[in-house]
Amino acid sequence: MSDLNTFPKLLLDRAQRFADKPAIREKNFGVWQTWTWSDVEKEVRALACGLVARGFKRGDKLAIIGDNRPRLYWGMAAAQAIGGIPVPAYQDSVAEEMHYVLEHAEARFVLAEDQEQVDKILEIKDRCPLLQEIIFCDSRGLRRYDQTHLYDFEDVQNKGREFEREHADFFIEEVNKGKGDDIAIILYTSGTTGKPKGVMLTHDNILITARNSIEREGLRQDEEVLAYLPMAWVGDHIFSFGQSYVAGFCVSCPESAATVMHDLREIGPTYFFAPPAIFENILTTVMIRMEDAGWLKRKMFHFLMDVARRAGNKILDGRSVPLSDRLLYALGKVLVYGPLKNTMGFSRIRLGYTAGEAIGPEIFDFYRSLGINIKQLYGQTEAAVFITIQPDGEVKADTVGTPAPGVEVKISDDGEVVYRSPGVFHSYYKNPEATSDTKTADGWVHTGDAGFFDTDGHLKIIDRSKDVGKLNDGSIFAPKYIENKLKFFPQIREAVVFGNQRDYVAAFINIDLEAVGNWAERRNIAYASYQELASHKEVYDLVQGYVEKVNRDLSSDTKLAASQIRRFLILHKELDADDGELTRTRKVRRRIVADKYQRLISALYSDQDRCDIETEVTFEDGRKGSIKAQVEIRGLEYLEPLAKAS
Amino acid sequence: MGTRLDIAGQASTSDATRPILSVSDINLSFGGVKALQGVGFEVRPTEIFSMIGPNGAGKTSMLNVISGFYKPSSGSILFEGLDRTHLSPSAVARLGFARTFQNIALFKGMSTLDNIMSGRLLKMKGNVLTDAIYLGPAKTEELKHREYVEHIIDFLEIQSIRKTPVGRLPYGLQKRVELGRALAMEPKVLLLDEPMAGMNLEEKEDMARFVLDVNEEWGTTIILIEHDMGVVMDISNYVVVLDHGQKISEGPPNRVQNDPVVIRAYLGESE
Repeated sequence: MSDLNTFPKLLLDRAQRFADKPAIREKNFGVWQTWTWSDVEKEVRALACGLVARGFKRGDKLAIIGDNRPRLYWGMAAAQAIGGIPVPAYQDSVAEEMHYVLEHAEARFVLAEDQEQVDKILEIKDRCPLLQEIIFCDSRGLRRYDQTHLYDFEDVQNKGREFEREHADFFIEEVNKGKGDDIAIILYTSGTTGKPKGVMLTHDNILITARNSIEREGLRQDEEVLAYLPMAWVGDHIFSFGQSYVAGFCVSCPESAATVMHDLREIGPTYFFAPPAIFENILTTVMIRMEDAGWLKRKMFHFLMDVARRAGNKILDGRSVPLSDRLLYALGKVLVYGPLKNTMGFSRIRLGYTAGEAIGPEIFDFYRSLGINIKQLYGQTEAAVFITIQPDGEVKADTVGTPAPGVEVKISDDGEVVYRSPGVFHSYYKNPEATSDTKTADGWVHTGDAGFFDTDGHLKIIDRSKDVGKLNDGSIFAPKYIENKLKFFPQIREAVVFGNQRDYVAAFINIDLEAVGNWAERRNIAYASYQELASHKEVYDLVQGYVEKVNRDLSSDTKLAASQIRRFLILHKELDADDGELTRTRKVRRRIVADKYQRLISALYSDQDRCDIETEVTFEDGRKGSIKAQVEIRGLEYLEPLAKAS
Repeated sequence: MGTRLDIAGQASTSDATRPILSVSDINLSFGGVKALQGVGFEVRPTEIFSMIGPNGAGKTSMLNVISGFYKPSSGSILFEGLDRTHLSPSAVARLGFARTFQNIALFKGMSTLDNIMSGRLLKMKGNVLTDAIYLGPAKTEELKHREYVEHIIDFLEIQSIRKTPVGRLPYGLQKRVELGRALAMEPKVLLLDEPMAGMNLEEKEDMARFVLDVNEEWGTTIILIEHDMGVVMDISNYVVVLDHGQKISEGPPNRVQNDPVVIRAYLGESE
């Protein structure tokens, strides 16, 4: 086992031990096509030799660009086998972004899925002096292209097979030259700030992390996984490549990006990963379709979903539940939960992960209450994904769990999460400054996230550390954490909280016109505009209820208790990108909001209970106008921190 | 992996310069209206041949004459050197002509898959009896055709709507399904009547790419009617211009584009 220290070596071993077991699948021409581990070894071998025959040398980079396709995954193993480094790039990036990655990575070879990708590469080829050969998987539309330096995947493999007939032991010898601390892959971080950085991970990084996580979660050789997230993203590399090779399970590639949901149902994965947005979309689709059902079905659905909400989570965590609920839950399984899970493609899920950003507790609980074991994890490219995982039976919606096996996590003096693990990256490619900024000499990595451990030893991530401030009494103030908590209520569309270098936390609230409007109609509350609805006493009462809930939540955390919202107001207008208050992707522009509503902020930090304000607004046609309003300000009781009711 | 369709050689004749279709001196009238007057042209194998002209110029009439819907009062049509002037639409289809329509003509209640399968009808050999019990040869045949259709679905990138009733699809996709059905007939000549009409820019670009790819992959000869000049000039090898039922110009796109007669027909007299 110990000499299987690279992926190509592992592949040779899998081709022996799991020869006839499926390794990878792809839906093509409407039928799932399967390659066994022994098939994969032959494909990789032919491709690797073909690359060498085309001039690929040890240390060369092979850029890989396309949707999740078996041939592209084989490209990774093939490059590694002959001492090269695969560099997957995001398939949807435009030519300019691709130019940066290909040039920075100094890729000499590119493995591209189809014409779309080849076109992009040809567009930038002149500006990537090192880039030479392009191999494409799908020849469609490419026949009339100038074929110099442009090769069909199958031709390269044929060349490779020829090459192997003359150099019989070449492949094995090359594979045996590989070492565990060789660079296995370079993954470019998407880089929300500045240029992308190329994270270099070694075979050891990925192999050890994969082994540890497989052991921790009890993953087996018979898992079913759908590979549908970008190949350039570390998560896909670990789940669809690393763990698949180590555990020997089969990975299925969807027919096209548009058929993912359908293919998901056909495959019925047992192990599944999705960012919160995908779980949210699936839930919304289900709910909308449910509203179209007959009243009897709808009644049954809502009744049994209430049962699930009450009992499902506890049953999943193995806690005690009254017998009556247990029986109802069993009935629900037959009538609702089972069929529902089947519709979503989640019938067989044993383990699901979500990560990337905070998931709304309602969405999270919805899936868990159906008996779908989704858990949050916290990770980074630099860590080969895993930093913390929620342990089975101890899943809490607002934490990201305990350190993953082999990972040490601590909180630095200024509240930043730092970790050390066998998965910690080698370095950033050609960027020693960034490497030394992020990784200390003894291997601790700065995440840039602020967080703390709760009383059960679970990590809570609160915000990016640069956004975290302090209240005047010295306690931490994490605006996004509080705002997210508020925004998880569908009636609250936007929230902006203040508190940095202030005595207490105060908040602006934007209600969701549709959700609150609906609520108001059902209560016969008349309103003619957003402004009127927002200033209504009963709406204030409704929002106050939510704010109190958030406060109660905060008070259960000794570190965050001081961040309770003491005063809030409901803004008289919706924050709008046209007025420059939001970015086009709907992120609040804090500084602009603070400037524009200076008067209201002063009022929040005074003892006024009303404030007059006149605001300029931009209409959709570009004309400007102004609204005058008197905004009510409400104060809230401070709740003493209490021990968590468990 | 699955085999690529490779029937490129089948459609092209040995001598690429010999016309696959020669139309000469076609006259067609509806009562007193002379829709076509002495129109003639030659289409060469594997080329993209476009017919353009202002509204009412007779483009669709010409296409209907070629596909056998209309009987010309005089003139002749030679296909692969043989006289095909007076054939019925179904006979023309059997010769290897397939078409799409200006107004989509699909079975709205049927799925994409079934619509395209219907294009295989002429290729099916079973009889009512074996088909009804779906045994032996009928099953083998169905599977063979299904495989062919799947290649087309893959080619046109419509996997995600395979099982969707066509009536529920947006217009641009319906056009694509219609092209799929025409392709299912394994045509030697594909007649496309305004395949890009009513589409937005992105859909047009997609469709233009599919037309080019069909031509390249299968070597299918394409006769295209289209209003979007940009598209026509971009993808055609040869263009014929009709106006008031008469051919007023022909040649490669760049020549036609600068022909004063054509400019006059489109923009009117400058005086």
